Amino acid sequence: MPTPTGTADSTGQIWGTPVFDGRQAMKGYVLNKMCYSFNSAVNRAAFLRDEDEYCRLYRLSPQQREAVRSRNVLALIEAGGNIYYLAKLAGALGLDVQDIGAQQTGTSVAEFKARLVAAGAGD
Amino acid sequence: MATVVGGIACSHIPAIGNAITRHLQDDPYWKPFFAGYPPVRQWLERVRPDVAIVIYNDHGLNFFLDKMPTFAIGAAPEYTNADEGWGLKPVAPFRGNPELSWHLIESLVAEEFDLTTCQEMLVDHGFTVPMSLLWPGGAPVACVPIAVNTVQHPLASPRRCYRLGQALGRAIASYPQDLKVVLLGTGGLSHQLDGQRAGYINREFDELCMEKIVHDPEALTAYSVRDLVRLAGSQGTEFIHWLMMRGALTGRVKRLHSNYHIPVSNTAAGLLLLENAA
Repeated sequence: MPTPTGTADSTGQIWGTPVFDGRQAMKGYVLNKMCYSFNSAVNRAAFLRDEDEYCRLYRLSPQQREAVRSRNVLALIEAGGNIYYLAKLAGALGLDVQDIGAQQTGTSVAEFKARLVAAGAGD
Repeated sequence: MATVVGGIACSHIPAIGNAITRHLQDDPYWKPFFAGYPPVRQWLERVRPDVAIVIYNDHGLNFFLDKMPTFAIGAAPEYTNADEGWGLKPVAPFRGNPELSWHLIESLVAEEFDLTTCQEMLVDHGFTVPMSLLWPGGAPVACVPIAVNTVQHPLASPRRCYRLGQALGRAIASYPQDLKVVLLGTGGLSHQLDGQRAGYINREFDELCMEKIVHDPEALTAYSVRDLVRLAGSQGTEFIHWLMMRGALTGRVKRLHSNYHIPVSNTAAGLLLLENAA
């Protein structure tokens, strides 16, 4: 049962809230390493020029390669991606944190933004 | 002797940097946020601190997951900003004070807080956005960056960060040179970028934090990191930087100004100016 107000379930999991811990850090190491390389404009351009070759260079697992191909943020997180590094991949693709917020919550970007503005109503 | 003149807590959302570059301060979306800052700038203009100790988290510019210090402190003559990959224009370098940095390191390690020392350190938006907000014309202060891991769990507990802040306050007070020091605790407040709960905001909890941190910060150290994730969102854990800042304020504390605004991008933005009144 989703509990978006932020209560944990009986296993201590917080609904819809990935925790990037050692397990995820191990799982996602090469994916995050590739994303870290996108701090450089030269590397972003190389990725955009030949995505297959770039992913091969970083030895992404088939799951990670597929997640990158799909541009699906939840799948990228599942494959060990850390959101701060994934933001650099998003940046290379011309997307920002509100675009990826909308995608993860299954809403349009306009709806996602409107929801945040509504949270501040009364300021 | 060096003295702590006060502490400033403020958010460090990258979108703020873009809004500054594009001169959007008076845009209807941005105005309620930027309007919070003039009183803090006026205070800085009046008090004229010599040094800013900036507590923030690196988001994958200086540190990668190959080596991830829980706490790292700069000891460099200069700190450079650089491309973070998603379009924020790098800003001019910041002046350091390595002599003060090494004094703080000596004192903190003697108190059993073992920080990673960095003679070269890139500073990302977590550091630069607050500096641009507080000193739009360029910062007339020397800086000491303190980077706290909020990227990879386990994170240091709120209590640990508050205690480190207290030790930092004692370290500053024992520096023989006459320097006025301001502390910046950056990041927060509630926000979450990842997962189906992305966009999560918790006004009630933010308001409680902004209230308690002034006169009863110890109460906030009872929260665990998991509590912060649950109540403030995955990235709301940056509140531990605010607690470290608060720990370093040594005297009686007076709240001179505060502002709170939802939203800036995916985040609830908080601003707090605390003066050391002792």
